[in-house]
Amino acid sequence: MLHEFSSLVTYHWLSLAAGSRLAAAVEFFIYDTIKIFLLLSVIIFVVSIIRSYFSPEQTRKILSNKKEFIGSSLAALLGTVTPFCSCSAVPLFIGFIEAGVPLGVTFSFLISSPMVNEVAVVLLWGLFGWKIAAIYLGTGLLVAFIGGVIIGRLKLEKWVEEYVYKIQINVGQEIVKQDFKDRLQYAKWNTTGIVKRVWPYIIFAIAIGGFIHGYVPQDFLVKYAGPQNPFAVPIAVALGVPLYSNAAGVIPIVYALMKKGLSMGTVLAFMMAVTALSLPEMIILRKVLKLPLLAVFVGIMAVTITAVGYLFNAML
Amino acid sequence: MQIKILGPGCANCHKMEELARTAVKELGIEADIEHGSDIMEIMKYTISTHGLVVNNKLKHSGKPLPSLEKIKELIRGRVKSP
Repeated sequence: MLHEFSSLVTYHWLSLAAGSRLAAAVEFFIYDTIKIFLLLSVIIFVVSIIRSYFSPEQTRKILSNKKEFIGSSLAALLGTVTPFCSCSAVPLFIGFIEAGVPLGVTFSFLISSPMVNEVAVVLLWGLFGWKIAAIYLGTGLLVAFIGGVIIGRLKLEKWVEEYVYKIQINVGQEIVKQDFKDRLQYAKWNTTGIVKRVWPYIIFAIAIGGFIHGYVPQDFLVKYAGPQNPFAVPIAVALGVPLYSNAAGVIPIVYALMKKGLSMGTVLAFMMAVTALSLPEMIILRKVLKLPLLAVFVGIMAVTITAVGYLFNAML
Repeated sequence: MQIKILGPGCANCHKMEELARTAVKELGIEADIEHGSDIMEIMKYTISTHGLVVNNKLKHSGKPLPSLEKIKELIRGRVKSP
């Protein structure tokens, strides 16, 4: 149906000549845009409703005093669905530690939350197919798990600011229950909010795919970071660490890099490095973590993401 | 009446403050609305922003944000019962 609609617009409404390069590009553009916006709206709506059943307080209760393997796997999974505003990473961190959630498990949560989310998965699905989206989801969880376990094993509790352990929270909960109507309303509000925020990036990404595809010569990027270069992945990760954007913002770059012939593993590792490691989050976390722990965190993440990039490249 | 919005100051916190202000206006009551963005202040009440505190009692915390109607209910409840 979408295909028919795209060709209707292209050949009848815009009267572009069939078979021309421009017509094909326009048709592709219309088709992809509608497809991705449909996917995005439906999935974010559903995920928002699911999210409304989770809360950081519950998650903290589930994770408290869990052993590292179970704890970190659960934390990575819960990180994807627990609604949590990135601006409140500090109270969340303190709350977790205070409730007896091990440091490594807390990190698994903090890693998976910005990296593995519905926006990233939907956009990858729409642009590259469900297999790539599934692989990103799986390896993102793996990275969060491994990162947390390593940090837990290293026993870095001494590098958490002392005051964190002294805080006592008396969370006097008197929270009113949400009914289903509230959840629907929230889902609607959240979906329109996200779509409003990300649509320019998506249009931009699809435009790159639709119009530049086939025209752009392979350039120096491929020479230095293409499939033949064994160092492509670490280079991509090293570039991604200082850059920061959310999943939607990085998608046009990811798409362009793919079109220029970089391999999937390299590009996904780049995307993970950009979304999982961000300077603003580091600055916020510095309030509770001493510098060495922050540095170890960044180091472990860079190494794990690089390993995942290699794994991808070997698999695909 | 005192109303406090808890949150370090991102888009969601502002949305919450806006909703609270509208609610107060539509209910036609007198209220001091302040925005507690200090982390220690927030942690006295909750670990998950965004919180709504009415007369020193936490009424809502975390996502999803309550609707305007819900916020009115949360605020008004305090007025009736002394």
